[in-house]
Amino acid sequence: MTDIERDLDDAAPDAETTDRRLPDHPTIAALLEPIGAATFEVKKNASSDAIYHTMAVPVSEWVGFASSAKDAGFDLFIDLAAVDHYTHAPRFEVALNLVSMTENLRIIVTTRVPYDDPTVPSVTGVFAGANFYEREAYDLFGIDFPGHPDLTRILMPDDWEGYPLRKDYDIGAVPVEFKAGSADL
Amino acid sequence: MTDTHDTEADVVLGEEDAPVADEVQGPEEERRQLHDVWVSGTEERFPFSKATDEGAQEFLPRDEDPALLIQEGIVVDDDYVEAPAVVEEERQIINMGPQHPSTHGVLRLQLELEGETIRRVKPIIGYLHTGMEKTAETLNYAQGSTNVTRMDYLAPFHNELAYSLAVEQLLGIDVPPRADAIRVLMTELNRVSSHLLWAATMGMDIGALSMMIYGWREREVCLDFFEKTTGLRMNHNYIRPGGVAADLPDGWEADIANLISLVNEGVDEYEELLNENPIFLDRTMGVGVILPEECKQYGVTGPIARASGLDWDLRKQTPYCGIDQYEFTVPTGLHGDVHDRYEVRIEEIRQSLGIVLQVVDSMPLGDYRTPDPKVTPPPRKRIDESMEALIHHFKLFTEGIMVPPGTAYQSVEGPRGEVGCYLVSKGGARPWRMHWRAPSFAAVQALPAMMTDSLVADVVAALASTDPVLGDVDR
Repeated sequence: MTDIERDLDDAAPDAETTDRRLPDHPTIAALLEPIGAATFEVKKNASSDAIYHTMAVPVSEWVGFASSAKDAGFDLFIDLAAVDHYTHAPRFEVALNLVSMTENLRIIVTTRVPYDDPTVPSVTGVFAGANFYEREAYDLFGIDFPGHPDLTRILMPDDWEGYPLRKDYDIGAVPVEFKAGSADL
Repeated sequence: MTDTHDTEADVVLGEEDAPVADEVQGPEEERRQLHDVWVSGTEERFPFSKATDEGAQEFLPRDEDPALLIQEGIVVDDDYVEAPAVVEEERQIINMGPQHPSTHGVLRLQLELEGETIRRVKPIIGYLHTGMEKTAETLNYAQGSTNVTRMDYLAPFHNELAYSLAVEQLLGIDVPPRADAIRVLMTELNRVSSHLLWAATMGMDIGALSMMIYGWREREVCLDFFEKTTGLRMNHNYIRPGGVAADLPDGWEADIANLISLVNEGVDEYEELLNENPIFLDRTMGVGVILPEECKQYGVTGPIARASGLDWDLRKQTPYCGIDQYEFTVPTGLHGDVHDRYEVRIEEIRQSLGIVLQVVDSMPLGDYRTPDPKVTPPPRKRIDESMEALIHHFKLFTEGIMVPPGTAYQSVEGPRGEVGCYLVSKGGARPWRMHWRAPSFAAVQALPAMMTDSLVADVVAALASTDPVLGDVDR
């Protein structure tokens, strides 16, 4: 644990660009207006003209934002992913991917939580489909989702120790016994 | 698979089957406790309810089960009449899988039965988890497509395409038109081969055994073409960041023409076999229904959502690789049952073959890889002539493709729904994090919505119609 703490002390602020303007698209601007300080980015798909919006919201707004996004038409739940930024505090990031089928829009909403309190309120109350995805994030990253109805390991065995997709979790290997070079042969 | 539950089920069953005997006549309290094992929260009272390495061995209490709460109030279009409340002792739990043949891999379903009726379903996954997302963090971007092609092993091209497009999105490069056309050609053929295999296994699961042989027969033609083009029948590693690995082989137009006529003939044969077959219709119509709202809630996309009536196809909504220049229609269903999924997929095979035909007619000439020297290694001959080519070659094969920091999400329409790659780069030659949005993962999650309150015989039909690939679910 001391290694992590030392790394976290050295943590540099995230170098991602911040943009304080409101986005051009009216639906997304209306969605972001109550948040105020949210950062957003417009990204373009490869090999296509299609765009999507990414935005960062504080963890206190997480469920409320998901709920208002659903009310604004983003009712197709696509994905919930976790990222371990390790040396960049706050360490963990959760990304929620939603689609509005009526307007053909995609948003990716992210929030960051620190290592010592990796707690993100569960959005299963808004999107039932977040159930498995939050279990996956809990299983592989150890992020806690209070409000989740059944937060147990999903991919790893129940008695597994540690959270494998964290950056300080080694890949591990079975040592190979080389016999050809030993003196006995 | 020995399982504490099986033993327990035997106990409960044995008790049920036996004539009213002394041990059943125990005090009411004792019988209630025996049942509590199946409900929840009784670890201290009954040791069998504890979690084992097989996963949690019990359901949530009824009033906490969100899938069940969502099910409340949904009318199931089925031909049985719901029986009045049955004494709870008559419920039993059956473990289906992880080695059940119709789970197409290692999926385990815990079914709570009330007679022949399924009251609750809990999918348990993870038996095929090999940590591919963790592995990806140790592979450089050129090696990455070797890894991702093994996730959804029935649609490897779609995985490679989503991955390559995500890397290209971070790199900010475009690929030449011929590479785009080859990518569309291969992914659409992959959709055909995947749906053909689905038709085969679906037929087998619900008793149409000859369907099994026919589906594999036509799929073989597709795999032959894949093998000729990529060198491998599966796990091709053909679509790579910057283009594709090799140009199409000589005589590919004739191969495609032959393939299209054979598959079209085969699909006609399937329809002749199944469309008016009363057993097939009985086993598929009104079975495994999922509503459009439930599809949205659970993130179910692809043919399952389209069979429920959601007109949503990423090839139309956010077209990639210039697929919007080809004409095709997106079939949708009305009822969201197994039969509509069958019809949607059969029509998708025809539409994909139509796209393939258009690609053949309009295949552009030119390079099949991007000319960017930071991504594509130089041709062998250039290394002898140019110092820069030698340096680029050396850098690419010692360090790999250098990708700027950033985050990218790119999705393509796979045979099972939206295949998405969420890629986080901190600069350098290896991804910091690669997350996969797997369509089968969402479909397995929605199984309770399809199966609850249906008959146990319909489980196999509903499961087969979702076409889960467990390599994609567990990654």
